[in-house]
Amino acid sequence: MVTLLKIATNRQPNTDSSIEVKRNRKKRQESSLWWMYLPALAAICFFIFYPFLNGIKISFTNWNGFSQSYDYIGFSQYARMLKDPDTWLVVKNTLLYGVGSTILQNIIGLGYALLLNQSIRFKNFTRTIVYLPVIISPLIMGYIFYFFFAFQGGALNDLLVFLGLDKINALADPKVNIWLIVFVNTFQFVGIAMIIYLAGLQSISKDYYEAVQIDGASSFQQFKNITLPMLMPSITINMVINIIGGLKLFDVIISLTGGGPGYASQSMSTFMYDLYFNRQDAGYAATQGVFMAVIILILSLAALVYFKRKEIEA
Amino acid sequence: MDYMNRKNKWLLSGVALLIAAFHLIPFYILITTALKARGDFSSKWVFPNIMNFANFKEAWEMASLGNALTNTAIITTVSAFLLIVFGSLAAYPLARRQTKLNKFVFMFFIAVMVIPPLTALVPLYKLVVDIGMMNTLEIAILNNVASFLPLTIFLYSGFIRSTIPRELEEAAKIDGASTLGIFFRIVFPLLKPVTASILIIACVFIWNDYQFAIFFLQAEEVKTITVALAGFFGENANRMNLVAAAAILAVLPMVVLFLLLQKHFVKGLASGSVKG
Repeated sequence: MVTLLKIATNRQPNTDSSIEVKRNRKKRQESSLWWMYLPALAAICFFIFYPFLNGIKISFTNWNGFSQSYDYIGFSQYARMLKDPDTWLVVKNTLLYGVGSTILQNIIGLGYALLLNQSIRFKNFTRTIVYLPVIISPLIMGYIFYFFFAFQGGALNDLLVFLGLDKINALADPKVNIWLIVFVNTFQFVGIAMIIYLAGLQSISKDYYEAVQIDGASSFQQFKNITLPMLMPSITINMVINIIGGLKLFDVIISLTGGGPGYASQSMSTFMYDLYFNRQDAGYAATQGVFMAVIILILSLAALVYFKRKEIEA
Repeated sequence: MDYMNRKNKWLLSGVALLIAAFHLIPFYILITTALKARGDFSSKWVFPNIMNFANFKEAWEMASLGNALTNTAIITTVSAFLLIVFGSLAAYPLARRQTKLNKFVFMFFIAVMVIPPLTALVPLYKLVVDIGMMNTLEIAILNNVASFLPLTIFLYSGFIRSTIPRELEEAAKIDGASTLGIFFRIVFPLLKPVTASILIIACVFIWNDYQFAIFFLQAEEVKTITVALAGFFGENANRMNLVAAAAILAVLPMVVLFLLLQKHFVKGLASGSVKG
């Protein structure tokens, strides 16, 4: 998730003055000091960039993941991918996880931030509790919720039985469990959205509110005309972070539903894992990987551009 | 805000408390589950009369959590150390020497951040098998370092550019200090705030990592905490009490650290997700 967050933020302070330029010209004659970044460059090329390029190559083969030989089969895997109903099922799920969690995290995170920005009791305590799951492994968070939703001995069914209702098998019902995954992911990371919105709220000068209060603006008008426009940068960041995090969802699916029943709750990440390790279909897994990179890139750039434009309008 | 009347204030405080209670529910259930004895099928909402700590001892031994925690601690510490050394070293020329080559390399690092790590999984796995590094702590360290280096460099170079005065370095240079000497003796100590953020980002994300670990660390002796827990859950899904106890033991170190250093965690993780 972290990696993705950065995309939104590649603004660099532009400090070039004419003196600076002259100085730079002088430095250029000295050296780039490239040996200082050589280890980092080597590690990134070897473990990220080279595998990435190689992945594109493998996506054009029928490699099974372990044998020494394979054939180049052109775009066959891509054609297969587009025809495979499983592809569209997991793309649908992935978009649901990405977009669903993004909407929920932003609405709830903003609501929490507005409330916990007031001078009320328990505000620091509540902030801490809401934020706590952020530092827990998503895999373990999934298990924690498994204890809650499990059919046999889960807390939810204990409650339903106590109320005299029928037990439900929420984790095995494909109509329900994809929403449970969205819920658990939202529950875990809503703290990040909350903190970013809190920081945004605290940076809005009180003068703006005082000015319109004199004109008799209602709280809703104040929210609509001051708070929301001033929060646009926080909204952009949150949207981009959450959409990327949601689209890459992996751990929590493994621990909560295992992607089941069948492929019903798989995301693109878990599908790729399954293709490679359980179905020895490495070429196809690589194709799905390329497809996933493209989808994530397009959606995160779209979100970035869309909300940046809103920022300028606001 | 000040114009809020007293009644509203109490109402909103109540809402805040309710939210906190709601967010505590899963943890409450986790604790009651872990404390119940094997044959105790009472409701998970009811706190057990007799607290049974035997689950913790049994889970610790059965899941070899001691070994898993040690592995996770080694991977996290060494990765964080390497990230800080190589990340700050790399950021320095990229922030200070605006040559064509350096501008290109910086753009390359930024571009690499866009690649979702999982999409390169298949070839990465092949690479690791080919170089014979499967099931070694070293490969987990190298993978984590490589995947967090672009972010680290980005944070460090932004900080050097915007807050470290050039004059300091130039004065040292006149005194005849070497580039490395200037870097480690003058620049690096001033980078403390970013270093703290990077330490926290590395600790949280590398400690909790499952995606890399599940692929490259499958052998018993190199399992990390998440891999050990996933395996333990798979084998003992019907003994929920035991798995819940294991889950508590697994999250405890990070939770304690978070509660002690809360402010730093929130700030550090925020700079991992947003900069500036």
